[in-house]
Parts: sequence; C-alpha cells; structure tokens
Amino acid sequence: MAANSRKTGVLAALAAGVMLLAVYMIFFYLPPIRDESGAVLSDSFRIFFFHMPIAITSYLAFAIVFVASVFYLREKALKWDIYARSAAEIGALFSFLVLATGSIWAKDAWGWYWIWDLRLTTSLVLFLVYLAYLMLRKSLEEPEKRAQLAAVFGIVGFVSVPLSFFSIRLWRSAHPLMFGGNSGGSGGSGLEGTALQLTLAVNFIAYLLLFAALFAVKVENERMQEAVDEKRYGEFEEGI
Amino acid sequence: MIRSLYIAAKDLKAEFRTKQMFNSMLIFSLLVLVVFSISFGDFLGDSSKVEKLAPGVLWVAFTFAGMLGLSRTFVMESENGCLEALKLCPVDRSAIYTGKVFSNLVIVFLMEIVTIPFFIVLFNYSLDSGTLLLLGLVLLLGTLGFIIVGTLLSALTLSTRTRELLLPVLLLPVLLPVLIPGVEATAGVLAGNGLSGISSELRLLAVYDLIFFAVSHLVFEYAISD
Repeated sequence: MAANSRKTGVLAALAAGVMLLAVYMIFFYLPPIRDESGAVLSDSFRIFFFHMPIAITSYLAFAIVFVASVFYLREKALKWDIYARSAAEIGALFSFLVLATGSIWAKDAWGWYWIWDLRLTTSLVLFLVYLAYLMLRKSLEEPEKRAQLAAVFGIVGFVSVPLSFFSIRLWRSAHPLMFGGNSGGSGGSGLEGTALQLTLAVNFIAYLLLFAALFAVKVENERMQEAVDEKRYGEFEEGI
Repeated sequence: MIRSLYIAAKDLKAEFRTKQMFNSMLIFSLLVLVVFSISFGDFLGDSSKVEKLAPGVLWVAFTFAGMLGLSRTFVMESENGCLEALKLCPVDRSAIYTGKVFSNLVIVFLMEIVTIPFFIVLFNYSLDSGTLLLLGLVLLLGTLGFIIVGTLLSALTLSTRTRELLLPVLLLPVLLPVLIPGVEATAGVLAGNGLSGISSELRLLAVYDLIFFAVSHLVFEYAISD
C-alpha cells in the first residue's frame, strides 16, 4: 500500500508540474491566433486548449467504464468494479467541464451559451449517462448486485453515445458543419503552426496525467473503502 | 422463440383480464395531449406552428405513458415470488426478455393506436390512409426501440430503492437516439412527405432497434440474476 501511494504521489506531482507548464503556455507562450483569412481571433479561443483535451479525456474515461463493465460481467472480480466506478466519477467531472468550458467560449464567440449542435449534444448525452450511472449506483446497497447492475448500465449507456451522435447528425443536417472548423481538432482552421500544436500536445499530456493521477487516487480510496467495509461487516457478523 | 411467445401470451392474458396498465397508460397519454392542447390553445389555428409542435407533443405523451407501463412490467412479477418461478422456467433467460419485449410492445402499441385519433382531433389534422400506415410504421419502429431499452432498464431498476423515480432517469439519456429520429420522422409523415422523405430516419431507428436488441439480449441475464 505504501509503495502504491508513493507512486500516486509522484504521478500527482508530475501532473501538477505539466499542468502548470500547460497553463503557462496557453497564456504566455501562444502567439495571437489567426484564422484562415489572417484575422486575429478573440483571446477566448485560448479556452479551446483546455476544452479539447478535457473532452477527449472524458471519452477515454467512458471507454474505461465500458471495458471494465464487460470484464466485470465476465470475471466477477471486484477490481473491475472499482475501476468502473472510479472512471465514472472522474468522467462525470470531466464531461461537466467540457460543457462548462464549451459554453463559456460559445457565449463569447456565437453569443449563445447553448446550441443544439452535434458535438454539444453528444457531450450532454455523455454527461447525462454518467449522472444516471452514478444515480443507479447510489440507489443500490448490496455491493455485488450494485456492481453487476451498474455494469449492465455501463454497457448500455456506452452503446447509446455514438448512436446519439448519428441521430443528431441527421437532425441537424440542415446546418452542415457550422462550427466544424474550430472544434474539429488540429486539422481545423487556426491550428497551423508549431506553437499551437505544441501547446495542444502539452495540454493533452497534462490532462491525461491529471486523469491518471485522479484515477489512481480514486482506485486506492475505493480499495481502502472495501477493506474497511470488509472489516466492519466481518466484526458485525462475529457480533451476532 | 416459441417459448418467449408463451411468456408474452401469459403477460397479455393477465393484462387483458384487468386492463389495469393499459387503461392507466391510455388515460395518461390522453391527458398529456389535452394539457398540451390547452397550453398551446392560442395558436392551434396556425398550422405552421402546429406542424412544428405536434410531433414532439405526440412523442412526449407516448414516452411518459410508456414509462408508466414499463415500470410495472417487472414489479408485477415480484409479487408472490412470480419472478423466481419465471426464472425456474426451463427456458433461456433471454427468452424471458424477448417475451416481455413482445408483450410490452403489443400493449404500448395498442395504446398508441387508440391515442392517435384523439391526437388528430385535438391538433386538427386530416390524414389519408397511406399517411396513417406510414405513421404506424414510424411509431412501431420508434416504440420498439423504446420498449427494447425500457424493458431491460425496468428489470435493472427492480431491485433499487427508488425504482419508479430511477427508471426515467436511466431511460431518457439512453433514449435520445430513438426520440430524435422518431420525432423527425413523425414530423415528416405529418407534413406529407412520403416514404422516401423519411428513409434515413427509419434506417436509423431500425439500426437502433437492432443494436440495442442484440446488446440487451446479451446482458439481460445479468440484470435479473441474483
């Protein structure tokens, strides 16, 4: 356990260091950002460098929930349940941050906080599925049953996210890629040039490290919780 | 397959003796339509606005009424240890699922067929028989998707503390990919577009039904085992 928490500590310190560098790069290293026609974009675009890595990380967390759920149903091993619930909680946080950073930028750039755009709605569905997953966990008491039912929902929820992406694409076909250039990744407008790509890469590493550190802390916490529960219920049964 | 039909027949027989679930769902969906019709009363004469609103209203009514029924499907079995007896049946667990999907589909679809005339009256539509058939197809595909996921999640929430509250919370986010094409296709049909106008929506609904039926079929066993 001690060696484990030391590793977690190193990971957390590393995440903090890279995060500082990433924030520094966004605000001081980045030159003014220009779009294809050469006009300088508003500084609010800098939030994109937070936004996109967080979004990718939240999808990654969701994939972990799915994989861990499948393995839990196959093997019934407690560790998979611990991985699933840890990833789900962090994923819920990250997917909320995606919506928050996206809305702040959208207010400045488009004038509205919210538009029923393809990616926005998909992120919203992701967030809602996470919330539902956590709600389901909260309302079940028996640990094994909770793990099993949550795993079932983890699988169903994961399948629904890509499907919502397609259904909204159909719905909004009248608005072909309105904002595709900006949120489409490094291939989009204004993202040419090494300074921008470097900043984006550093931010990606920062958020992946942050996720890894949070995940490690959470998994460790859950393990300790399980150990405490085992002790407590063990004593309870002895008491009878 | 035959065995799941037996289970469905048992459910339908039990349901049509009392008609408890059917009646409450039907009255609920009619009430939703009436409430919307009253609150939109001012511009019901303006057909361009009705055309935009009505498909959504119809799906809201069906979704909420359907959810009312779905939360009952497995609660009904939990009395007198029926669920245990059902699990003891010499059939695959997934046959129970298929049977439940089938009986729920029949009940909810019947409820929708009875609701449609009231919808036409309240929102002042005049539809020919071809359009009605097409509307039936859209409703069937959409309802099938709704039931496929809803039956699984209804089994999932059976052992939770707040099952009636939890079912909508779990169901609605997962249901979004069926509601959007469903509403779009209904709007297309009601606006008089033919089959070709709504083919991409119908394809998406069919894909949703297939994918979720396959997934639910696989995981249902875990949702009811204890």
